[in-house]
Amino acid sequence: MTPALSVAALHKRYGRTTALHDVDLDVAPGELVGLLGPNGAGKSTLVKIACGLVRASGGRAEVCGAPAGSREARRALGYLAELFRFPGWARAEEVLALHQRLAGSDGGAAERAELLTLVDLHDARDRRVEAMSKGMQQRLGIAQALVGSPRLLLLDEPTSALDPVGRRMVRGLLERLRERGVAVLLNSHLLSEVELICDRVAILAGGRVVAAGRPSELVHAGGVEVETATGVRRFEQATRAQVPELVAGLVRNGEQIYGVRILTSSLEEAYLDAVGGRQEDPAHGTARAEGAA
Amino acid sequence: MSGATIVAGYALRESLRRRVFAVVLLLTLLFLGLYAYGTAKVFDESESFIVGRNIGTLDTTGFVAATMLGLGMFAILFLATVLAVFLTLGAVRGDAERGLLQPLVVRPLGRTSMLLGRFAAAAAVCVVYVLLVYSATTLIVHEASGRWPDTFVGPGLALAAGSVVIVALALLGSVFLSATANGIVTFMLFGAGLVGGLMQSIADAIGSHSLDRIAHWVSLALPFEALYQAGLHALTADQTGFTGALIQLGPFGSSHAGGPLLDLWAAAYVALALAVAAWGFARSDL
Repeated sequence: MTPALSVAALHKRYGRTTALHDVDLDVAPGELVGLLGPNGAGKSTLVKIACGLVRASGGRAEVCGAPAGSREARRALGYLAELFRFPGWARAEEVLALHQRLAGSDGGAAERAELLTLVDLHDARDRRVEAMSKGMQQRLGIAQALVGSPRLLLLDEPTSALDPVGRRMVRGLLERLRERGVAVLLNSHLLSEVELICDRVAILAGGRVVAAGRPSELVHAGGVEVETATGVRRFEQATRAQVPELVAGLVRNGEQIYGVRILTSSLEEAYLDAVGGRQEDPAHGTARAEGAA
Repeated sequence: MSGATIVAGYALRESLRRRVFAVVLLLTLLFLGLYAYGTAKVFDESESFIVGRNIGTLDTTGFVAATMLGLGMFAILFLATVLAVFLTLGAVRGDAERGLLQPLVVRPLGRTSMLLGRFAAAAAVCVVYVLLVYSATTLIVHEASGRWPDTFVGPGLALAAGSVVIVALALLGSVFLSATANGIVTFMLFGAGLVGGLMQSIADAIGSHSLDRIAHWVSLALPFEALYQAGLHALTADQTGFTGALIQLGPFGSSHAGGPLLDLWAAAYVALALAVAAWGFARSDL
């Protein structure tokens, strides 16, 4: 099956600065991939190359089999920029109607109503953009990106201006899109959000992919914590498979067991490991309970 | 519907609904009011000593009417330049810096269509604006003096074409410069055109061939100035003798006939400016 996004040996230089260095990344149809990395890692550049805003210096980028930036590629994608604006004089409906015409969508008023409902803006359809809050504008941006039913959605920090309820709404929306077979590349600094919804994660640092895989593959085992009558005992080298044997041994030794927690590192720790920022975080060091018995 | 047409429609709506349009409308009405008042006063107060009389072979009413029409042409070109600059100064880099451009450019329409749409909308607004204000000024002069320009349509069209050249230049600048820098550069080019016109006046007055050549090249390098001069010339095309000579020496008098070659050059100039803008836009990282 043709990947929704395929990037191979992608290279981008801005003058003497290398923003991307031989980046490889595939996003399959219906897959939700999170793009993580510190500021200046090249995430936005990668997304911009994919949607044709920035020209690559080398390598290959294809959207649904068409070269990135070509008319066919742009027809297949929806994009929400990190820093975007709609004209203040335009109403929400007008913004979507303009993008329908530009995208060649024949969805008409029904599509606009569906999209505005999807992002909870139906009641604000006649409101001017200049009278909307930042969060509302961001939700309108998401609706705009969905005009024309794109096969690939490129979202650059789509929840940065949203409150927790708005973020949850976007998570639900992305999950529904995944069920419909839409591929999503989500560029976000919110690791917890990425961990919650993404099938795979790619971590960029210094323009290179320094780690990639499923969130569960990126986190490390952190041992086992057992709550006994004498206190909490931690077995740092123990794994999930060793839990029954560990508990049996403690019981044989007369311990009373009240709970067992299997510890893993969080995606945040995996991220900090990958980008080399682990030592810079004074809060680092706590492992996270994956499950409790 | 083609991409350029969609963008032109969008840009037209933007032109009409932005606050700047209301400001331009208000300022234009203010200008026309002042112009009407000034024109009426000029004819009223000067009637006692020159208007209505013939001093030798001087048609004094024609001379004052031509001067007032020249003032109108100058003011209209300036106002059209302000309008053209406000409509286009941030069309590419300015809009990209504000994040307005990216959501549109990723759509399938293509960057050249986008640019042509913006150009068509701004040019249409400027042409309609120039023709309306030009018609209003000639009507005001006619009401005060009973005179019409020697040719009515030609000067208006020349002025409108001049404003289209300025739109093309400002749009070209918007590809390579930030909005503020582009506004400054476009107004400086407008100023350079004016200086070229003044040089032409001086060259005509003192009979300097060198200055005349320099002024000629300036007006070709900035064809809105050549078109403006052609419009001025057409206003008083039938004035001859002492009146004609005096008009040529007046503050808005330095003028040269246009013609098909100038029209062709102006069209080619606009096409070239748009081609360079499209080339630059296609290679821009946004």
